[in-house]
Amino acid sequence: MLSAARAARQPLLSVSGLRMHFPIFKGLLRRQVGTVKAVDDVGFDIARGEVLGLVGESGCGKSTTGRAILRLYDITSGRIELEGEDIAPLSGAALRAVRPRMQMIFQDPQASLNPRMTVGSIIAEPLDEHLRPSRAERRARVFELMDAVGLARGFANRYPHEFSGGQRQRIGIARALALNPAFIVCDEPIAALDVSIQAQVVNLLEDLRAAFGLTYLFISHDLSMVRHLADRVAVMYLGKIVEIAPREALYRFPLHPYTEALISAVPEAGGRRRARIVLRGDVPSPLRPPSGCAFRTRCPKVFDRCHVETPPLTDLGRGRRAACHLVGRPPA
Amino acid sequence: MTERAEPAPGTVPGEIETPERGLWNDVWYQFRHHRGAMLGTIVFTLIVLAVILGPVLHPVDPTHIDVKARNALPSLAHPMGTDNLGRDTFAGIIEGGRISLAVGVTAMALALFLGTLVGVLAGYYRRLDGMLMRVTDLFLALPILPLLLVVILLFRDALRAAFGPETGIFLLIVFIIGVTSWMQTARIVRGDVLALKEREFVLAARSVGTPDRRIILRHILPNVLSPIMVSATLGIANAIITESALSFLGLGFPSDFPTWGRLLFDGANFMALSPSRVIWPGLAISLTVLSVNFIGDGLRDALDPRARGR
Repeated sequence: MLSAARAARQPLLSVSGLRMHFPIFKGLLRRQVGTVKAVDDVGFDIARGEVLGLVGESGCGKSTTGRAILRLYDITSGRIELEGEDIAPLSGAALRAVRPRMQMIFQDPQASLNPRMTVGSIIAEPLDEHLRPSRAERRARVFELMDAVGLARGFANRYPHEFSGGQRQRIGIARALALNPAFIVCDEPIAALDVSIQAQVVNLLEDLRAAFGLTYLFISHDLSMVRHLADRVAVMYLGKIVEIAPREALYRFPLHPYTEALISAVPEAGGRRRARIVLRGDVPSPLRPPSGCAFRTRCPKVFDRCHVETPPLTDLGRGRRAACHLVGRPPA
Repeated sequence: MTERAEPAPGTVPGEIETPERGLWNDVWYQFRHHRGAMLGTIVFTLIVLAVILGPVLHPVDPTHIDVKARNALPSLAHPMGTDNLGRDTFAGIIEGGRISLAVGVTAMALALFLGTLVGVLAGYYRRLDGMLMRVTDLFLALPILPLLLVVILLFRDALRAAFGPETGIFLLIVFIIGVTSWMQTARIVRGDVLALKEREFVLAARSVGTPDRRIILRHILPNVLSPIMVSATLGIANAIITESALSFLGLGFPSDFPTWGRLLFDGANFMALSPSRVIWPGLAISLTVLSVNFIGDGLRDALDPRARGR
């Protein structure tokens, strides 16, 4: 009983101090001239059955975070605990053994499906790799998965190019579900789709979550979709998490100036309008991040302390954390 | 696409389901419906059958000298005429075709294997890339003819002693042509692999836990088959022609041993007198190369699901 209760409280995935640095080599001798700190000291927990939204603008390290968690990269440092087991130092057969528990849905359904394989064999690839089923079992499971994602069984012998974007994404989702994973990274699964199809795919993801008890890390730059799907939201800027909070709290009272600017850009149907906060300039190069707070070059509320001191991600109670000198103490 | 039965869409369990098909079934299905490819296959099969069964149908010794019938025009006894020593050209073409085809196909297969192996390894594994590509550059920079001279002088007698005069020289020629013509394939394949391995479906396979060797076999190789096929069809032609050049220089098969290239070069001196001596072996080489090209074209289309049905 006690251990069961503890297991329920233990987060499914716990990431701490995750760093993913890419060295840059230049010149004749291929000397290292710097590192791109794509992900720099990122940490969060995801409870079982929860959806954590990960938002931020292009190039802020969202996708790299997702891929690093799935160990598609050799991470620079950090801990990635999946169901209490640290998978960061694993490699080879040990890593292969944990792969069925975590899967990924990709952004571009065109590029994520091998054009030379039939839909049936694409969905069956994870099965072939891990379960080695008989022909009949394999076929039955493929059809079961195709039913689950709303694809007609007759499509199993067709090729990806014969499908529309939304259908292709369903194929990708079926492949991700094949091994009954506990945790799925959705890497901008709707960004490449038509607006009319986006809602269908998001609803499918919600239905599947309820049906199979899935946990998602939902990476997106579409804030309204994240609001629709996520329980909690983390905001990234230049490789760091600047704010993480329960969904409603974040959307109603954003604490970090960057979050505030992002939320103000979400179009709202009718009703009250928020004043738009327009950020000037571009994201600084992650090769040479600014001193102090990474956001200080564009922050509308910047002051002298921001130039010298990097604000830590501080716990503000009620599950909220933010990295800004202005919110150092819990609001009164 | 009209011939293909549309599987009834719908998710009702227990419906009539089409049997599962794999890549190779589809490839064969498409290949059969490619007119050029089928024509190429038929012509190539006929050529192969002719050189294998030829001696049975036309039992004339290609080295038999009949001075009375020299430079004869085509007749029933000599379907393609005779040369200046009265040797039967048709028998020579048949006998030479065996060697030329065997050399062409084997050398092409060797070059293709080497080129694909080097290209895939260099493209997929960054660690090996620099080293393998420098080796490729080295081979490209080697002056082929002096190299051939040296290799043949060094190894001809040893191989002849070990495998007999014909097999020995055959192995040597195949090896030399194969080893000196894989570099283009390697470069093309490497370029394609570099682009492919960054595609998301390779990442997806990795996230599933597919080991590298199966990622290469299942995801990379089928997608680089088009350039490999083109290299293959050109490679057969190249090998046949290189073998001719070697024979011409006296480095290939013995001079009384007909190959298509040898017949062509021997006939070149008598082109004005009896043009048929050049035309027949030339035609044989061209037909072989053309039919193999059509087969390659059909295979490439059949292997690409997006090009099907056009």
